[in-house]
Amino acid sequence: MNATSLDLQLLNTCAALLLLVSFAMLSQRRIVTLVNLLALQGALLCIATLLLAWRTGKSHLYVSAALTLGLKVVLLPWLLHRLIRRLEVHWDTEPLLNVPGTMLVGLLTVVFAFGLAQPIAELANTATRNAIGIAVAVILLAFITMITRRKAMSQVVGFLSMENGLFFGAMSATYGMPMIVELGVALDVLVAMLVLGVFFFQIREQFDSLDLHHLESLKEDR
Amino acid sequence: MSGLAWLTQSLEVLAALALAPLFLGWVNQCRAWLQNRKAPSLLLPYHGIRKLFHKDAVIAEHASPLFRAAPYVVFGAMVAAASIIPSMGTGLPFTTAADAIALVGLLAVARVFMSLAAMDIGTAFGTLGARREMMVGFLAEPALLMVIFVASLISATTALPLIAERLATQAAALYPSLAFTAVAFTMVLLAENARIPVDNPATHLELTMIHEAMLLEYSARHLALMEWAAALKLFNYACIGFALFVPWGTSTGASGPAGLLLSVPVLGFKLLVAGLWLALLETVSAKLRVFRAPEFLATAFMFAVLGLLVHLLLGA
Repeated sequence: MNATSLDLQLLNTCAALLLLVSFAMLSQRRIVTLVNLLALQGALLCIATLLLAWRTGKSHLYVSAALTLGLKVVLLPWLLHRLIRRLEVHWDTEPLLNVPGTMLVGLLTVVFAFGLAQPIAELANTATRNAIGIAVAVILLAFITMITRRKAMSQVVGFLSMENGLFFGAMSATYGMPMIVELGVALDVLVAMLVLGVFFFQIREQFDSLDLHHLESLKEDR
Repeated sequence: MSGLAWLTQSLEVLAALALAPLFLGWVNQCRAWLQNRKAPSLLLPYHGIRKLFHKDAVIAEHASPLFRAAPYVVFGAMVAAASIIPSMGTGLPFTTAADAIALVGLLAVARVFMSLAAMDIGTAFGTLGARREMMVGFLAEPALLMVIFVASLISATTALPLIAERLATQAAALYPSLAFTAVAFTMVLLAENARIPVDNPATHLELTMIHEAMLLEYSARHLALMEWAAALKLFNYACIGFALFVPWGTSTGASGPAGLLLSVPVLGFKLLVAGLWLALLETVSAKLRVFRAPEFLATAFMFAVLGLLVHLLLGA
């Protein structure tokens, strides 16, 4: 059979688990668990980055692993948990599609993503090029997570999960983005999170709920 | 070599017939321990079957021949299934007769006959049980097929003994796809054998029954055969799981009589662990509402398909 080395096998396992966590997020209704899953996704991403850094010997990947650990495993989940406590939202409303339906759509999306990533994977010359398909799938699944939710909180978690997918994609296609870009993105995400936190309070002030459905109607109609 | 193969074959079928009630008893005993109850005897399923064989059969007035034939068909299908599952050795003469897809078909035959017999009498509970069984079945079957496809893709064959042999002998590697399908298989096993998240095997409340509701009209030897078949089904599923996910220790064609001798305690050990694990799973989970069962099985299907996709993409 295939004689791939152990670290590549571990990397593949990490990639598969990332995909699994994306599915878990897709089917999860409780917002607290959703945030915990996001932290788990970040941790998996951190492990994958460390493995890749060890495999390729590129030192800047260690830095981005540390960045991932600090930002995506510790800081952002902590911020989100604090927001949940402050806003007192523990449950998401019923998603737009039921769970088996969402999962079927998710599976079709994964097939689509794998097909989409195939030409890209053929161009890449990294050892992890097969995982590009998984990265695209994680991004698209995060999209679906955002689309099928109504509450602002879950949409933000979906957004952050999408960023995780992009990061993983860059890592598996080209062994990571340049440091300056990575730092910029990390900072962007952090600032976006803070701004969105302020937004949440404003939205709730205005409508007494975090349901984004209210934003669709114009003021005159109400 | 052929003599040994036939010995393995007959030994496997006999072991399945003899050990299936014991395995059921072991699962029940573990459950009782975990739930702080006084454990029933390990041999209780044997006593139950023996008692039922000594009773006089009562059959409903309007029962058709199908109702009488169904227990024999179901039991026969389970024995036939046991003969193509490599529980001890992989050098089975029946390997060429039926592959893993035919095995799923055999299990489906048993299910169809059981449901038809349950509807044959025309009682409300029988029909209800049959419908629920078909609902569970049509969701569990594709998941089971997907599980088998992943193992088939890895080992490049659909014959279950060959799958087990190749998985056992190839170089050790991490297979996330097999891990995913193992989860899916466990869920399918729980659903198909009427275990707790989907059905409660110990329930006395007809409204929540699935498997038991179909057997309400059976008595004596028919019921004995049905219960033995249910025990065999659980045993078969456990052995399919061993063949796909922990194939180590089963005797392959090359290991000779010593390998076969060694595989007996290995199988016993696997069954002990599997029974404990099953009881643990059943104890920590609560029974789902019937209408949540599709969600449970959709998750199993999702795991299996995810395993398949991951295998196709990563080759692992």
